[in-house]
Formats: sequence, C-alpha cells, structure tokens
Amino acid sequence: MTSTSIETPLIGDLQAVTDDDGPLATVRVGVVTFPGSLDDRDAMRAVRLAGGSAVQLWHGDHDLQEVDAVIIPGGFSYGDYLRAGAISRFAPLMEQITHAASGGANALPVLGICNGFQILTEAHLLPGSMIKNEHLHFLCRDQRLRVENADTHWTGEYWAGEEVVIPLKNQDGQFVADNRTLDELEGEGRVVFRYVDENPNGSRRNIAGISNAAGNVVGLMPHPEHAVEAGFGPDSSARGDVGLRGGTDGLGIFTSVLRKLVG
Amino acid sequence: MPRIVVDVMPKPEILDPQGKAIAGALPRIGLTGFAAVRQGKRFELTVDGEITEQILEQARHAATTLLSNPVIEDVTRVEVIEEDAP
Repeated sequence: MTSTSIETPLIGDLQAVTDDDGPLATVRVGVVTFPGSLDDRDAMRAVRLAGGSAVQLWHGDHDLQEVDAVIIPGGFSYGDYLRAGAISRFAPLMEQITHAASGGANALPVLGICNGFQILTEAHLLPGSMIKNEHLHFLCRDQRLRVENADTHWTGEYWAGEEVVIPLKNQDGQFVADNRTLDELEGEGRVVFRYVDENPNGSRRNIAGISNAAGNVVGLMPHPEHAVEAGFGPDSSARGDVGLRGGTDGLGIFTSVLRKLVG
Repeated sequence: MPRIVVDVMPKPEILDPQGKAIAGALPRIGLTGFAAVRQGKRFELTVDGEITEQILEQARHAATTLLSNPVIEDVTRVEVIEEDAP
C-alpha cells in the first residue's frame, strides 16, 4: 500500500536520526575500501545517519587511524578471484584489524557485511565459510531476519527474537561449517541473525550472521546499510507498514556499536 | 620452465553446487554415463630455475594458506611437472 502521506526525504538530505548528537559523534568508525568494494560509501553514510563519525580506510595502509570500530563493507573485492575474500584477507590493513579485533574484552569492534563477512571468515576471525548459493543464482531481495543475540557490540539496540527486514544480495551466500562448529555456535549463542520464513541460499541452520566469542566481531550476509534511510530502504519493515522504500530496520546495527562505545 | 601443480577440491561433505549443475547439464548433451560431478581448481606455479625442496615447501604453504580454504576445500595434490603438457 503506497500512501501520499509518506514523506520522501530529499537525496543528500543527510541528518542523523538519533537524538543525542553529542557523544555519539565522537565515535570514529572506519570503513575499509578494497579494490572492488561497492558499499563502502553506503556504510559510511549509515554511520553518519546513526550519529557517528565515518572514517575512510584504505586496504593497503598500515594505519588504523585510531578508529573505535571498523566496518568491512560489501562488494566484490579483487573480483571474488580465487574465493570471495581470499585475497583481501592478506591486505596490510587486515593484519592490523585481525590483531586489534582479537584483544579480548576491549578488542576492536568489527562488522563484516556480505563480502566483508567472507573476508572475516577467510581471516579466521569468524568460523565457517560461504559457498555458492544452493540454487546458483545471484539473489537480490528484501529479507526477513531474526536477531537471535542482542548482546553483541553490533546488536544491542535490538531485542533477542526481534525481526528485521534488510536487503540481501549475493551469489556466494551459503554459510557452511562442520556440525561441531555449528553446534558450538548455537551452544554459545553466537548465531546472531537467522533467516526467517524461507532459507534463501541453503545456509546451514538458516544462519545469516554470526559473532566471535567476545561478541565484538560480527559478520552477516544481508546488508543493514541499505536499510537506514527512509526513501532508500526496503519497501517493508518488520515493525509494520512503512510504505515505498521506507524500511530502516538496519539502522540499529550502527547505533548499537556507537552506544556500546560511548556507554 | 618447471612447474608445480596444486589441485584443490571441495571437501566431500560440502555440497558442490557448481558440480551439481554440471551433472545436470551432461545428460542434456546426451552424456548419461556419469553419476556425479565435483568441480575443483588446478593451479600451476611456474618456477624460474630449479625446483628445490625449499620452493616445494613454499608451494605446500601457499596451497594451504592462500590457494585453499581448509573449511571447505582439501589440497589433493602438490606435485612437480617437468615437461610441458603435449
């Protein structure tokens, strides 16, 4: 149902949607660009819309520029040559990120979206791997997910069991791991997102996203950065009718890490 | 120049969607003799000069760190081939 009462914001009308624009703006979230990254700008815009400061990082640099968190965005880094994420994993900046993300309680929060998730598994920051979708097709759709774990650094703004609708678009999206790893992930509450209604790609146990043991590293195949701004999001939301392109269910991912870091 | 061949195959327990698609296409061109297809990768590492044990060790290291992902793939061969294929 489309309605004329829904206001579509002007393109480029960038305004943080959070109320407290003070402390959150001091949080610096780095977004890494690789050759072939596509959604780095979108991720930076999502950070700004959530009220934080976005910092552009280059994969070939050695300096993390003292960012407070890192997002590894979607796309086709190195053209998905060899395996998705396999070559990016060895980028100089990835070594810094892997080191900083493995430091226990105060470790660097890292979010991998789609190709970013694939890079995190290749870097062994997250277990498992992604193979071609079961049906072999590139799939692009608005996907309903359930937030299974609302205690990670990236999901604190949701509640466990809450559903969200965010876009999913990939060809190598089938999450696989051996049964022991899957049982471990389930047992430790490290399945963060699960596909709801139907499994779009054959992922084991409907898994759409997972975390490391400390909860600072999260990876997911769907794209929360494409559901952060009314007028440019999905046509639906798990929160009710939002009208054309009105879905902003992904914004909570970005506000979660900002609040976690100032809290 | 001598080359080292590295073969990488999807693990047996991992479903191979590409192999499955190829298996589905074979009967369409009249080839019905095959029960299953699995698709792997072959890498050829060319060496400038003699292949020493040290270089072979580097190839094995490359095979398990970069050329394959142990979660989904097995390295099934790391071998020197002296002659150019006919």
